Amino acid sequence: MIMNIKKFSFTYPGAPAPSLQNINLPIEKNKITALIGPSGCGKSTLLRAMNRIHDLYPGNLYDGEIELLNSETNTMENILDIKKENEFIELRQKVGMIFQKPTPFPMSIFDNVAYGLKIAGIKDKSELAEKVETALKGSALWGEVKDRLNESAMGLSGGQQQRLCIARAVAVKPDLLLFDEPTSALDPISTGAIEELLVELKKDISIAIVTHNMQQASRISDYTAFMYLGDLVEFDKTETIFLNPNQKQTEDYITGRFG
Amino acid sequence: MRLLLNKFILGLSTLSALIGLAFLGWILITLFIKGISSFHFNLFLNDLINGGLRNLIVGQLMIAALASVIGIPLGMVAGIYIREYGRGKYAELIRNLSDIMVSAPSIVIGAFVYAVIVVPTGGTSGFAGSIALSIMMIPIVINTTDSMLSLVPKELREAGIALGASKYKVIIDIVIKSAKVGIMTGVLLAFARIVGETAPLLFTSETSNYFSLDMTESFPSLTVSIYDLANEPEKASRDLAWAASFILTVMVLVINLTGRFITRNKG
Repeated sequence: MIMNIKKFSFTYPGAPAPSLQNINLPIEKNKITALIGPSGCGKSTLLRAMNRIHDLYPGNLYDGEIELLNSETNTMENILDIKKENEFIELRQKVGMIFQKPTPFPMSIFDNVAYGLKIAGIKDKSELAEKVETALKGSALWGEVKDRLNESAMGLSGGQQQRLCIARAVAVKPDLLLFDEPTSALDPISTGAIEELLVELKKDISIAIVTHNMQQASRISDYTAFMYLGDLVEFDKTETIFLNPNQKQTEDYITGRFG
Repeated sequence: MRLLLNKFILGLSTLSALIGLAFLGWILITLFIKGISSFHFNLFLNDLINGGLRNLIVGQLMIAALASVIGIPLGMVAGIYIREYGRGKYAELIRNLSDIMVSAPSIVIGAFVYAVIVVPTGGTSGFAGSIALSIMMIPIVINTTDSMLSLVPKELREAGIALGASKYKVIIDIVIKSAKVGIMTGVLLAFARIVGETAPLLFTSETSNYFSLDMTESFPSLTVSIYDLANEPEKASRDLAWAASFILTVMVLVINLTGRFITRNKG
């Protein structure tokens, strides 16, 4: 287990009621865990709590525990206790995030991938070059960009930009990568490439992915959590959720009766 | 009836636009005819005391440049603050004040600087002129910076934070870089806006007939001299004023067009 979410509740600033209530969810190591559910069910809110990117906007209320495995001491540490800036930076180097829209930075392809590495304190040029190459190869982008590393990343196609963002996140060797609907802005071919990439990545990295696309969840994930109106309705192996769900609500959603 | 009303309103607005444009064209044409007939390359070589404009052009640009050195950083930092850091009422207050400042009458700014700088320092100076212009410039730069930064998608900021960057690093490395072209254009337009101002300089820098680089004294200003020259009875002086107006207009036009050109190509 890389992360264990226990009795977690979350309230947005000024909201009268919590958006997430009493969530219990393990994220298994080197597996893909998919979060599915209709719009507004809180799956993105939950994902965004896992690296506490919510804290960019002050006034959120957290309750419960989100434990993250410290791979050095092999103990679970509650990330909701984090208060200091440098601890946040550490957390986000361990738990990376990919967004719905590709978010290349306005700089060269090389500098995009090197950005996180430089923040992590790597200054040596040859070491940077080596890690950038490894990350780009690992994201199946190296062949397409190796001759134009110094060109602006804005010139890449949407699918390439998204793989660049994955390379950028992978470069800092995170333990867990969070994907927030990473393919919903992409065409089917780019989507296929990214899905293959995710399955490849889970050898080294644990993955949690929010998706609107149930086929995508069934294709690539090992575990699936179904969420509805801020509750986690059911969590199990993906096959069980899709073929033999326990809850009627899950079955209704999977079979397309609502949502 | 509805169609008729439609035609009437359309006709009325077209007419209004034409009237506005006609006056603009009239101004430009008069300016070009009178300006070019009095224009001579020697104007760039002599100072006002010898019937040229060299000291005035240099002086005006120096006042505007110093105003930019004061105004651009202050305005940019304030704009970054209200967009990226400021929250709630305080930032909103600064934003509103800056909106009001943009439309503050420039003569009032001149009078203000006269009262707080010229009087205590015992006389007009290039510095006082620059400060007056920078006060005009700051709110323009604040507004542009603010609105250009607001165009940067929040996902880009989140992506930087998600890589472990601190907030100020995300702002410097990513957000400002994304908004760079827009901010630069805004700054250029702000410069074009202040370089042709007269009222704030009228009793702050005044003007001078001699070449000077000493900004602690009354300082040569193209716009203030145009104002003075146009009031002189001799035709030679008024011709010089026309030539000066022509040069000033071309200067502002070129800066403006450069700004627009950059936005069109990169924005």
